Amino acid sequence: MRGVFEFLKGCVRQIAHGDRAYWAWVSGLAFLIAVGVIAYTNQFRQGLIATNMRDQVSWAFYVGNFTFLVGVAAAAVLLVIPAYVYQWKPIKEVVLLGELLAISALAMCLLFITVDIGRPERMLHMVPFVGTPNWPASLLAWDALVLNVYLSLNVALVSYILFKAYRGEKTDNRILVPLVLLSIPVAISTHTVTAFLYNGMASRPFWNASILAPRFIASAFCSGPAVMLILFQILRRTVKLPIKDEAISKIAELMAYAMFLNLFLLGAEVFKEFYSATEHTQYTRYLWFGLGEHRALVPYAWASLFCSVTAFLLFLVPATRRNFATLNIGCVLIWAGCYIEKGMGLVIPGMTPDTLGEIYEYRPTINEWCIAAGIFSVGFLLFTFLVKIAVPIYYGTFRVIPVVPDPRSD
Amino acid sequence: MSESKGLNILGSDAVDPLRRNFMRTAAAGAALAAMSGCNMDDFFRKHFKELSRTDLDAVLRKIEKRNLERFGKTTTVDATGARPGVEFGYGLDLSRCVGCRRCVYACVAENNQSREHPEIHWIRVLQMDKEHGVDLTHADMYYEPEHVPQPGKFYFPVQCQQCSDPPCVKTCPTGATWKEPDGIVVIDYDWCIGCRCCMSACPYGARHFNWAEPKLPADELNPDQHYLGNRPRPKGVVEKCTFCIQRTRKGRYPACVEICPVGARKFGNLLDPESEIRQVMDTKRVFIFKEELATHPHFYYFYAT
Repeated sequence: MRGVFEFLKGCVRQIAHGDRAYWAWVSGLAFLIAVGVIAYTNQFRQGLIATNMRDQVSWAFYVGNFTFLVGVAAAAVLLVIPAYVYQWKPIKEVVLLGELLAISALAMCLLFITVDIGRPERMLHMVPFVGTPNWPASLLAWDALVLNVYLSLNVALVSYILFKAYRGEKTDNRILVPLVLLSIPVAISTHTVTAFLYNGMASRPFWNASILAPRFIASAFCSGPAVMLILFQILRRTVKLPIKDEAISKIAELMAYAMFLNLFLLGAEVFKEFYSATEHTQYTRYLWFGLGEHRALVPYAWASLFCSVTAFLLFLVPATRRNFATLNIGCVLIWAGCYIEKGMGLVIPGMTPDTLGEIYEYRPTINEWCIAAGIFSVGFLLFTFLVKIAVPIYYGTFRVIPVVPDPRSD
Repeated sequence: MSESKGLNILGSDAVDPLRRNFMRTAAAGAALAAMSGCNMDDFFRKHFKELSRTDLDAVLRKIEKRNLERFGKTTTVDATGARPGVEFGYGLDLSRCVGCRRCVYACVAENNQSREHPEIHWIRVLQMDKEHGVDLTHADMYYEPEHVPQPGKFYFPVQCQQCSDPPCVKTCPTGATWKEPDGIVVIDYDWCIGCRCCMSACPYGARHFNWAEPKLPADELNPDQHYLGNRPRPKGVVEKCTFCIQRTRKGRYPACVEICPVGARKFGNLLDPESEIRQVMDTKRVFIFKEELATHPHFYYFYAT
């Protein structure tokens, strides 16, 4: 037990030391978390009427953020595949950082679900053995299971790698490799199950398209690695992470392919909707052109398309994906494009017009924005802390203090 | 429509509401409750279907006590079960409905819905253009003319269709909503976590959420309550039409059927060849709403004339 205590004390020490930029970042996040906590307290007291969700649009901003972040969590770990195929030198770092990002994204996912439900204190009703989860019929019951399995897997992997490094021991591939390999299908299944949550609803034609799950995976391959690319550059500069330019531009190239696939699937969907022009087209029409005076989503839809196409071109052209300025612009654009597409651009048109043809135009309240900002800050802060602890352990500057053997003992 | 005829077809043999005992016991829940050692019995309560008769009795009495505290009014809350040989069916004559919305407000009064902020209506009447037929893109549920019916319009009331294959039940992550043997889809308001999957899944907009603490004036409280029906709901859970389970299981008509001034609403036991609903089905041609979704409603629309 003493070892664990020492380790935790060491972790706190790592977190408590940093330069001014670090403290500015941490205190900014802490401020936003405080704002989020106040906003959630308000929502908890009033009920979800503090949001702009109503019976017509009964899922909205929170669920949209959740969906986007599931993609980030899934794709972070999937970078293991190219790292292995192309034999990048720091494959373990890629795994480790991917896991850390996945843990942070999953924490945000779970928080977004918690703030979205009406009776969070009854969550236990969904838990196996304690409650009565509705398996196998309910996709949300599955989603909760898969997300938690994925989270536990990531926590187990990270703890194992870091603990071994902390003790100055080598990791055992008989433990590490099967866990890493298992995390790949689990990552894909988390995102697929989340897609099925929408996909399975025959009442909502906008979601009830088989193309949804493939589109989820394709866009996740864009948004997840975008964060990793920026992180790699920071760590390369600060802790000399041995990741080469070629690896970074290779990831950018893979993202270009993923974005191409995403745009192609989007095109296929748009064609089917507008050419067949059935009553079901109205949801897609609401997203891209608006219905009458109801045009809340239109600017966002086109902004998202602009971001995605621009990022695709930046990552496709070798000169711009090798230039770090344009590469980073591409990362930000891809993040923005996917955030709109997988968040509000997915959830809101699914419910507008509603099942009886009523159009209720949803826009998040300030309270919803504050809660979302708080949750994102929790995620970023968690990620910052995890990286702050993991990197020194990995590079040997944060190690267990070896016990000096007592000479009298033998 | 003669009220005395009612639903005498239901017979008088009361049925044990605890007829089903197929769920395993929540041993883990009980253990946790024991460990907690405080008055957390709501928190660690078992699922409705797993409650023993004494447990259920205790739960019902507690709801009555809470009603008294909250509204200062004595209420009776029961959990009358489905009767064998009964499957409820509902008929709605679109050629008679005039869109007066009396059903909407009779339902609100009977079923203790929140009156404002949020204002919850389990029945919604859509005004549609005769030239378009049943077409939701031309439907208006907020019509406010001097008089109804308006020329060139007809009225299409929608409420829970009590599907045989309810998509809402399928999506519920906790099993807080289910279909009873008499065809009524019910919700346990004490088990619902408020995730609103069912609202996304329902093709009829029949499910409503308590976005805030429901506002229900004490003097308007209906004291005859059913656990799975019209007892007052808490904040943050979903509710819906139950064919007035507190009435129909005792052989009475739903409030909306009773109030309808033009007799557009018919109700009865589908398994009884003599029932009113079977007469409708035998003599008229009925259709169901959104039949392409294969939800197989117990709610039939027809044009009598």
